[in-house]
Amino acid sequence: MTMAKSVAIASAEQPAAATRNGAFVAGAWRSTGALVLIAAAVALPFTISNYHVFELTQVMIYAIAVLGLNILTGYNGQISLGHGGFYAAGAYTAAILMHRYGVPYWATLPPAAVICFALGVLFGLPALRFEGPYLALVTLAMAVATPQLLKYFDTWTGGQQGINLIKVQAPAFLGIGRDRWLYLVVLTVLLVAMRVAANMLHGRTGRALVAIRDHPIAAAAMGIDVARYKTLAFGTSSLFTGVAGALSAIVIGFVAPESFTLFLSLSFLVGSAIGGIATIFGAIVGGLFIEFVPNIANDISDAAPWAIYGLTMLLFMYVMPRGVVGSLAGLMRRVQSRRATAGQGLEEQKRRLS
Amino acid sequence: MHQLLQQIFSGLAAGAVYASLALALVMIYRATDLVNFAQGEMAMFSTYIAWMLVNVGMPFWAAFSLTLVASFVGGMIIERIVIRPVENAPVLAAVVVTIGLLLIFNALAGWLFTYTLQEFPSPFPDRTLFGALMTTRDLGVIGVTLAMLVALFVFFRFTATGLAMRAAAQNPESARLCGIPVGRMLAIGWGLAAAIGAVAGIMVAPVLFLDPNMMGGVLLYAFTGALLGGITSPIGAVVGGLIVGVTENLVGAYLIASQLKLTVALALIVLVLVFRPNGLFGVAIVRRV
Repeated sequence: MTMAKSVAIASAEQPAAATRNGAFVAGAWRSTGALVLIAAAVALPFTISNYHVFELTQVMIYAIAVLGLNILTGYNGQISLGHGGFYAAGAYTAAILMHRYGVPYWATLPPAAVICFALGVLFGLPALRFEGPYLALVTLAMAVATPQLLKYFDTWTGGQQGINLIKVQAPAFLGIGRDRWLYLVVLTVLLVAMRVAANMLHGRTGRALVAIRDHPIAAAAMGIDVARYKTLAFGTSSLFTGVAGALSAIVIGFVAPESFTLFLSLSFLVGSAIGGIATIFGAIVGGLFIEFVPNIANDISDAAPWAIYGLTMLLFMYVMPRGVVGSLAGLMRRVQSRRATAGQGLEEQKRRLS
Repeated sequence: MHQLLQQIFSGLAAGAVYASLALALVMIYRATDLVNFAQGEMAMFSTYIAWMLVNVGMPFWAAFSLTLVASFVGGMIIERIVIRPVENAPVLAAVVVTIGLLLIFNALAGWLFTYTLQEFPSPFPDRTLFGALMTTRDLGVIGVTLAMLVALFVFFRFTATGLAMRAAAQNPESARLCGIPVGRMLAIGWGLAAAIGAVAGIMVAPVLFLDPNMMGGVLLYAFTGALLGGITSPIGAVVGGLIVGVTENLVGAYLIASQLKLTVALALIVLVLVFRPNGLFGVAIVRRV
């Protein structure tokens, strides 16, 4: 045991310098790539029509919501069929603050985040007692109850009619239209959200969440406070999804109970599974799927578009059961490891020949 | 008092339908550890088959039996073709597949049979019994559910296939080593679940009227019932379904305006689950580490 360990350490030390150098180069490549991607994302709305800009804004909003669900379901293994409820909570927080109290739109995001975090924690506490299908039922109940509750408390929510909001305008000195401005706002929030999620998930907290998902008992034995992390996952997840909801209220300029049905919650889950269950970039693929596939299905078949949508879901899951990003990452890793072993083989041959 | 009993009986009749569908859910959950979200839409589709058969002039019970056979075969085919590929995939992939199936059946029914409400004949005459305490229809629905439950019990307890299915559900590896074709057993499980669902659909269609979205609410109540009873227990599913039916009816009649009926009923049941997280009849799974 100890010998094997020391051998492993020795062999790990040898190429440490090379690896550090390699990691540095890879890191530089990665950040350059990220900068290019961000620049492209900023430039994109100026090359396409307003309608497409609006669609892409919607994609990014869904991506933030799916990212939130990914933290809970993908990394922490708690299934939720009710994230439409948190999305609605965020949307109504923003709408009520703007409509009743005249709060500027950008200032509604922090309160929406705080309220949804609190809601998520409150919901996560009883959820600690539930697993698998039971958690699915409890969250499903929340999804079903959301539109009913929104209709019932109509002094605040405007009931069936919902709330109409004043259209947000771009700052005058920029000289760009409202759609492009909102695209940039949502893009900023998405980038911040992805950065925050990456920091959280690639560190101590993320490892704790994954450990709880994979083996709760072992995680507890290692000293991870399971209850605390599970509740934290619920709160954070709800926070992301709530902010997405607030953005959707701002962008669409209208909220009504019928926008927050069970179908929305299921769409988030579908987007999460198709994008890549425990990945960060998968959220964007999920957002694209939720926004565009129903439209494409409609183009293919007027008669039964939802059948085409359902079939697409089946096909994606058959071909890439771990989601688009998850499966591609798996493929990359396989190719890399094959290349690495091939390289080793070559070196060994060289050594033998010399 | 009289009114209360009346409400309880009509709740039991509604609950019997939830119980049937809950039974179908439990069936599939035990076999494949999967909640089949498409169960309600499959039942709705079966009901349309029965409706077509009745409309071409077949006697009710003949159409009923033929529909059950067709649903059984259909359920088996779905398991083999649609569910098999994700058997070993992550759970979420399988969940998404059942959601996809739900959308497909719903859209297909809308396309084939349109979204207009259709009248569906009831096999039971509509007469009141015991001084207007209950109707013959309610009694008939409860009777059919009980008969089905007894038939299932006999099947699982006293037939070789039933035994093999229980073995396959409990421990697939060992069952396979004993020579039980586990794959075929899973398919039979899905077939049975589809047939049970068809019974639920046919029983509820005269009340709700037939349309592609008919089973949405029923599935939710059935799911609730199945979990309330304990998702691994068939008896629990039936009891849970009945409790949900009665609760829903009483909440609607006495507690609160019907807008919030569903919300309050669900909240009550979630509250029960907080104290009994494995359902009333479920057993906490003890894992060896």
